[in-house]
Amino acid sequence: MSANGMNLTLKVWRQKNAQTAGKFVTYKAEGISPDMSFLEMLDVVNESLVHKGEDPIYFDHDCREGICGMCSLYINGHPHGPKRAITTCQLHMRSFHDGQTITIEPWRAAPFPVIKDLAVDRSAFDRIQQAGGYVSVNTGGVPDANEIAIPKVIADEAFNSATCIGCGACVAACKNASAMLFVSAKVSQLGMLPQGQPERYRRVQSMVAQMDEEGFGSCTNTGACEAECPKEISLTNISRMNNDYFSAKLFRQEELHGQSHGE
Amino acid sequence: MSEFKQTFNSSLGKKLIMALTGLFLCTFLIVHLGGNLLLFKHDDGYAFNVYANFLTHFPPIEVIAYILYLCIIVHAIYALVLTIANRKARPVGYAVTASDNATWQSKNMGLLGSILLLFIVIHMSDFWYRYKYTSSVHFMEYRTDLSSGVTQAVEFTPTSPDFENSVQTVNNFEIVRVKDLHARVQTSFSQLWYVIFYVIAMVAVSFHLKHGFQSAFRTLGWVHRKYTPIVEFIGTWLFAVIIPLGFALMPVVYYFTRS
Amino acid sequence: MILDAKIPAGPLAEKWSTHKFNLKLVNPANKRKYDIIVVGTGLAGGAAAASLAELGYNVKAYCFQDSPRRAHSIAAQGGINAAKNYRNDGDSVYRLFYDTIKGGDYRAREGNVYRLAEVSVNIIDQCVAQGVPFAREYGGLLDNRSFGGAQVSRTFYARGQTGQQLLLGAYSALNRQINAGKVKMYTRTEMLDVVIVDGKAQGIVTRNLETGKIETHTGHAVLLCTGGYGNVFYLSTNAMGCNVTAAWRAHKRGAFFGNPCYTQIHPTCIPVTGDHQSKLTLMSESLRNDGRVWAPKTVELAQKLRKGELKVTDLKEEDRDYFLERKYPSFGNLVPRDVASRNGKEMVDEGRGVGSTGVAVFLDFADAIKRLGEDAVRAKYGNLFDMYYQITNEDPYKQPMRIYPAVHYTMGGLWVDYNLMTNVDGLYALGEANFSDHGANRLGASALMQGLADGYFVIPYTVGDYLAKIGPKPVDAKHPAFEQTKKDVEERIKKLLALKGNKTVDEYHRELGHIMWEYCGMARNEEGLKKAKGLIQNLRADFWKNAIVLGENEELNQSLEKAGRVADFLELGELMVDDALMRKESCGGHFRIESQTPEGEALRDDEHFAFVSAWEYKGDNQPEELHKEELVFENVHLTQRSYK
Repeated sequence: MSANGMNLTLKVWRQKNAQTAGKFVTYKAEGISPDMSFLEMLDVVNESLVHKGEDPIYFDHDCREGICGMCSLYINGHPHGPKRAITTCQLHMRSFHDGQTITIEPWRAAPFPVIKDLAVDRSAFDRIQQAGGYVSVNTGGVPDANEIAIPKVIADEAFNSATCIGCGACVAACKNASAMLFVSAKVSQLGMLPQGQPERYRRVQSMVAQMDEEGFGSCTNTGACEAECPKEISLTNISRMNNDYFSAKLFRQEELHGQSHGE
Repeated sequence: MSEFKQTFNSSLGKKLIMALTGLFLCTFLIVHLGGNLLLFKHDDGYAFNVYANFLTHFPPIEVIAYILYLCIIVHAIYALVLTIANRKARPVGYAVTASDNATWQSKNMGLLGSILLLFIVIHMSDFWYRYKYTSSVHFMEYRTDLSSGVTQAVEFTPTSPDFENSVQTVNNFEIVRVKDLHARVQTSFSQLWYVIFYVIAMVAVSFHLKHGFQSAFRTLGWVHRKYTPIVEFIGTWLFAVIIPLGFALMPVVYYFTRS
Repeated sequence: MILDAKIPAGPLAEKWSTHKFNLKLVNPANKRKYDIIVVGTGLAGGAAAASLAELGYNVKAYCFQDSPRRAHSIAAQGGINAAKNYRNDGDSVYRLFYDTIKGGDYRAREGNVYRLAEVSVNIIDQCVAQGVPFAREYGGLLDNRSFGGAQVSRTFYARGQTGQQLLLGAYSALNRQINAGKVKMYTRTEMLDVVIVDGKAQGIVTRNLETGKIETHTGHAVLLCTGGYGNVFYLSTNAMGCNVTAAWRAHKRGAFFGNPCYTQIHPTCIPVTGDHQSKLTLMSESLRNDGRVWAPKTVELAQKLRKGELKVTDLKEEDRDYFLERKYPSFGNLVPRDVASRNGKEMVDEGRGVGSTGVAVFLDFADAIKRLGEDAVRAKYGNLFDMYYQITNEDPYKQPMRIYPAVHYTMGGLWVDYNLMTNVDGLYALGEANFSDHGANRLGASALMQGLADGYFVIPYTVGDYLAKIGPKPVDAKHPAFEQTKKDVEERIKKLLALKGNKTVDEYHRELGHIMWEYCGMARNEEGLKKAKGLIQNLRADFWKNAIVLGENEELNQSLEKAGRVADFLELGELMVDDALMRKESCGGHFRIESQTPEGEALRDDEHFAFVSAWEYKGDNQPEELHKEELVFENVHLTQRSYK
């Protein structure tokens, strides 16, 4: 590394919009400080592009502290870059070395069409949540918070599932572009908690149905999603979802479609 | 009924079918290996041929056999259907992909499965089809002296083309006449390419089951802190080591000890 | 003009229930005849949109992010206060009220704050019912912790991700209503103006960020839940997209801006490393429960540390100055945010700062690790320690963290009455976007409380009163005001796109941030503020001449998005300076160097400044007009805040 920081070669996917074809464009990033975050490095590149009158590289980002789930980027073959358990905004340039070539691609999945450059449309995730990722309670009229005792281990486990930030790295990492880690995290969280029980079997059916409708692939338990998940959501969630789904579909008669109760 | 149709048409339902058929095939492998170990008995193929005869003529086993064939076909077809759907879920691929976020076998189940399917086709046409539907497998007659327990094997040529097997006791001799699959095995295992193909296929079995066995449990939703390590242990040692090793040893041993 | 806050009469504890009874109701069958626009889908907006849809109103919700789940409420770490008194440690609604009023340095309304404390208990019930996984004890009941500035344990939390879990709760409630067809959700859609018809807010103009399409939307009421304006400082703990545009556009259409100079500087952030820095990362204030803040005793020692001649772990105990514990023996490291921040800055100003830049102090966990063990510390703060390590490459288990204050929250915002309505009929502001409940300084774990209180438990009552009064007549989308407002928006965009100068929008933003931080940050004085005013005016003029805005409207154009937001910050910045200049007292987060006690604490001037400043826009580059809402204290006695 020179005194003025690192020099890097970036191969960046540029695509004007969903309708046009994209291609890789090579940029030089010079004088990059190892203390910069990956996105700050792109900011620097973009500043120089703007000065040259060129369209800056578009990428999604917002909180820049690893919690909003907006940033993405498939960096050298890894969603959110080569380091485990962080998002791209938390990835720092000290994880790269001077002279390195970095390939930056958008998430690739049919249900995540590219909007522009490195940003994709993840509204499929919202639609899956809308299909049933909630407990049906209205505001007000709920019992006192301490009327429901929940064993600490259950609460902690539910919390682990609830930490999903909806970034889509699981889909990006999966060779099948499967969204099952994402879907199962919500199914598990609510399925484990007493508050989620009344709708447990309804929820899993409607969320899986929506997931299939969006066109995500199916799980082959490779575990790539878990390995790349910035929040380390466990693959076990998928098994929990499968279990609930098969119970609902094959064994529980009160959950037949279109019927409120068994005849 | 539409409820079931809907269930098995869902991505999870298809995975359920893969898991159930896969596990059934796994249990079959144990039985198959057990039978094949009879090949190591130095009895001119007596036990093995009787076993082969039993498998093909005992009605309940025959039923199970057809379920087995169905499982193979369903497992393969659903694998194909799922693979096509999964490919469709990623129409544009990545320029760079990492290899260190999942095991090699878990990402190559389709390739491994294809090798296995090819193997099964060759394997079945070689033994099962010839045995059942052609007359290229000859007969053997095993005479056991019931007083001394000594068995002698001689070739036997049936008079009727419809002859399948017979067991009779004549003069304190038990005479068993069955098709000599053992000879067929010997012939096959004396060809080097065949042995190599077998060994490759068994390596494929090993990798396929290393991932597949525990994956089936995950798909079924049977994950448990206490039992999952046991499943993984069985998947690794029994299905990815002992079984493929046992199967692979047969052609190798036969090849090197051929006369 | 007299500003009427519409605080109900009567005893403090009965104001809200009396008021609820007096509010008009909308007939259930009529509710579906009303459209309500909710801009922003964080805690306040998400909760409001869901709750109003549950009641039967048609809700249209808007967010500029790609999903409502991204709103910056998600980044709140520490927790949410509620006067549940589950700990039996003497908490009560009144105590939460009192702490909040006192913490806000007596610059908030008694009525609002009491209501906030009152509904705080319902929020926890609501969130638990939604499936929010709050921390629990082995007995299965909810855990609590004490949090910045409070002497009781009333903070509910979900590890260091409370905001995330609460937001996902609100998001799930919102999703349920989207699924039910009661909420129409518009994502990647930015509100660029509010449409006022005959003095009433009846719609908004938005830009679809993907296609650039400018559209008008009608509603019987418009709720702005668009967060704070901390990004006026460029570097803050806010998300990159946080902006003042919605509030500022409303302000320019007549809504008064309340207390713009009240900004909160959070003491425990990760220090700046260089000019490339795009934002600052906050670490939960809960760290101060176990961490001890210190600086080297002398300037010489600090210099040695900065040069690397001395290792921090080698510094002897007697060479360390635990300045918060020394100066505030009873509160120690748990003094309110403004006090902790200012003291940190003092150390740096004295030359006792640490780190390569010298702009930081230490937050040390060595004692906590000795007392509780590393595992216990990891269980409590593991994710924060990991985050710190990611950013700085220093292991906080082995050496003290370096921290420095950063802009975190803005107490100021659109002026609203007790019903959360601005002075424009039908235009409401909720959550951080309004000015109402935190006075001059917000206590830790109160922002989540306020956002959810406004959204779940206040607006569903108060908006009904207004809607019942105006009646369910459909809004006339053909009214010329819609076309005119849309045209104004389009013209402004055209003007921005015509800027083909030589300086990027980010460069202007950074420069504005420097001015604001330098002269209108943690400590302010008349001279600096006057200077800042001139600098901002010049910068703004320069922006409209020399900025570079690339591309066109009909595309995803980040250049244009940023330019519009920064242009608004350039106007807001000046108003903040005006407000800070006008308020010749120190209070909470607003520290005027001219007004301090002999010990260097903020010195209020209750005689002259016990009022809310509400600024009225008077036209571009015109001085704004100040309106005062006098604050009446009937229950608490105004004292000098002391945390000794």
